[in-house]
Amino acid sequence: MRELALHILDIAENGINAGADLLEILVEESFRDNLLRISVRDNGRGIPKEMIQKVLDPFYTTRTTRRVGLGLSLMKEAAKRCDGDFQLESKEGCGTEVKIIFRRDHIDLAPLGDMTGSMISLIMGNPGVDFIYDHDRDGKRFRLDTREVKKQLDGGDITHPEVIGFLRQFMSEGLAEIKTAIKEE
Amino acid sequence: MAKLTIEDLKKLRDSAKKSTALREGETSVKVTVHMGTCGIAAGAREVMDALLQEVTEAKRSDIRVITSGCMGMCSSEPNVTVEISGNEPVIYQHMDRNRMRQVFKRHVLLGEVQTDFALARVK
Repeated sequence: MRELALHILDIAENGINAGADLLEILVEESFRDNLLRISVRDNGRGIPKEMIQKVLDPFYTTRTTRRVGLGLSLMKEAAKRCDGDFQLESKEGCGTEVKIIFRRDHIDLAPLGDMTGSMISLIMGNPGVDFIYDHDRDGKRFRLDTREVKKQLDGGDITHPEVIGFLRQFMSEGLAEIKTAIKEE
Repeated sequence: MAKLTIEDLKKLRDSAKKSTALREGETSVKVTVHMGTCGIAAGAREVMDALLQEVTEAKRSDIRVITSGCMGMCSSEPNVTVEISGNEPVIYQHMDRNRMRQVFKRHVLLGEVQTDFALARVK
């Protein structure tokens, strides 16, 4: 995958396929500690204990349409490649959390990429699921919570083109703002 | 331009509500972007992006865009399925932004199946 945002999109889709109705995505960039942390947490059905090791095996998948399952394996490899750390925590019936830590200035670290595009794809494709996106860049924060969005819309369709257009602009402006805030210092 | 706040969404409430009403009634076209690991790695997000731009420009609220997982035909990804009600769904393969625009303008809006990009017709 060319961007970390694509890995995040992929891992989030796993959660949705596991029946989650709330997904929390956390991106934390710390220039001070030279770290990039990503966490994707869902409240889906979770992974049984005996299967946790198996899901990281590229030749293991629960699906029946093909015989390989690469999503988590690719993410783990991406972390390993840049002195990073990959953790998978899951409790059956409660949900799953994937936590990845990268060394931020590692030469093999893929760019974070278009997080707005990934989030819009998730929201558009899964109107019944709620998403919380939290981005922290050395203390400057941006947050998007679709539960708040739905409250404002009061029963209106979150996938309406104008709403999606709004969310895209809201998020790219918000992310641009926390980015420039660092440069000015 | 003033910075957008989440409260600004209230202005869109009415049109969004109309769209909910429509969605619960008839949707005439369903477009599915397949977003498994294979699809995402092959560029499904960019295809979705182009599709959303087209839907916005078309100003048609009876078109539903959804995502789904992998169909097991990873080598033909990104795949997009177009289903016009009353017709058999058509699966497109190796999609990119431009192909998506063409399929939208020709097939979704005018009903002309783009056989050059088609992988299969689902019977």
